[in-house]
Amino acid sequence: MAEAKDRKIPAPAVNVETQAFWDATVQGKLMIKKCTACGEPHFYPRNLCPFCFSDKTEWVEASGNATIYTYSVMRRAPVPYAIAYVTLAEGPTIMTNIVDCDLDAIKIGQAVRLVFRPSEGGPPVPMFAPV
Amino acid sequence: MSIKGKAYVVGIYEHPTRLATDKTVPMLHAECAAGALADAGLTKNDIDGYFCAAGDTPGLGGLSMVDYMGLKLRHLDSTDTGGSSYLLQVGHVAEAIAAGKCSVALITLAGRPRAEGMATGTAPRAPAVPMPESGFEFPYAPATANMYAMCAMRHMHQYGTTSEQMAWVKVAASHHAQYNPHAMLREIVTVEEVVNSPMIADPLHRLDCCVISDGGGAMIMTTPEIARSLKRPLVKLIGAGEAPKHQMGGKIDLTYSGAVWSGPPAFAEAGVKPGDMKYASIYDSFTITVIMQLEDLGFCEKGQGGRFVSDGNLISGTGKLPFNTDGGGLCNNHPSNRGGLTKVLEAVRQLRGEAHPAVQVKNCDLALAHGTGGSLGTRHNAATVIMERE
Repeated sequence: MAEAKDRKIPAPAVNVETQAFWDATVQGKLMIKKCTACGEPHFYPRNLCPFCFSDKTEWVEASGNATIYTYSVMRRAPVPYAIAYVTLAEGPTIMTNIVDCDLDAIKIGQAVRLVFRPSEGGPPVPMFAPV
Repeated sequence: MSIKGKAYVVGIYEHPTRLATDKTVPMLHAECAAGALADAGLTKNDIDGYFCAAGDTPGLGGLSMVDYMGLKLRHLDSTDTGGSSYLLQVGHVAEAIAAGKCSVALITLAGRPRAEGMATGTAPRAPAVPMPESGFEFPYAPATANMYAMCAMRHMHQYGTTSEQMAWVKVAASHHAQYNPHAMLREIVTVEEVVNSPMIADPLHRLDCCVISDGGGAMIMTTPEIARSLKRPLVKLIGAGEAPKHQMGGKIDLTYSGAVWSGPPAFAEAGVKPGDMKYASIYDSFTITVIMQLEDLGFCEKGQGGRFVSDGNLISGTGKLPFNTDGGGLCNNHPSNRGGLTKVLEAVRQLRGEAHPAVQVKNCDLALAHGTGGSLGTRHNAATVIMERE
């Protein structure tokens, strides 16, 4: 058993294109972008849709339900941690950390749920924990 | 227009250093350039095209190195796609030569991450300039090793690839490295030793990872006419392809690389098939990198890469596909954390018949060099080159 411990999370880079995303994490929400022209959701969020290049993209709140697509536990770090890609119920697969868990028990296909972790001097960062 | 047969490799040089505490990066670039010129039998003033990667070349897009070396140029290209840059540049050189934009081209690579003590594989590197994805990746501590580890984890899950199969890639590299006096790791290792080496990022062990080394290399490429006037064996480029792969807006699939797009046009241009290759240099940042790229280039069916590399199939003399006979990045060197140029160098040595006799492939007249730069776990550029001995 190797319990995931909290490490220091560097503040995410915030800019005019992503300000709304990080304002939402303060409210405990994970937002993704959806294109109203082609209907495709995407991540990370852009103003122009990366599928059809329309500028008709809007913010939608993700449910916070996801499954682990892949992961790796970094053993050679001061505090071992699990990096992962999780596939959101809404479709896009996103990079994250898996927390609140036994690092040795993480599995591909596992159901996970959105949580937040504070960053150093920045907005909270979305992460995922096993259901 | 095709670049087939339009450009020849006439000069190659690999710097012997693996720890360059007594050299600067510009010195390494210039020493490599001088070595390649001597090999070709040309002089500095013959060079009218310079091809490098902005990321390892000091100055603005190579300008400082052009100044340092005192080059008078008609063409300069410093496209940077990480470790694959130099494979890309082989194709770009041929395009420029075919278009008459230069006639003698120099490609260089150099760096000293080992002397500078960079923990390049396991420490997340903060971007110097914010990238659009920075806020959505850097907080999660992506390093080099754990990003490739996520590719390996998914490949194992989806195709049943095993740690033992990945280990065979390192075992084959070590068999070759024993004959390379400059290689950092010259001891033969076994599958057991690889899978029992310390875990770095699940499922990649220490011996699944390439070395961190200083050094560099250079190449001289030229027109068919000038090549025939020189005294070197005639090695020509007959096919080249390049293609980036990325996260596709969140439709992420880490089980394949950009080689699925860079390989087919290169083979088509050359008019050959993967099975025709007598030798292959495959970028080996990690063992999984080789397995994925071999599948994506068509050396075996998708998902069968683990089986393909097993039981010594990559070892020269015993296996069906001799690979990285200099020991590759896994055992020989990985200058500036960029393995693309050394991949071309060993392929040229094989085509010339100048590889170490113990690993030289008999009648090696057709060879491939391939690599990816960036990260298979996020975004990368794949480049494939196919060369023939006349």
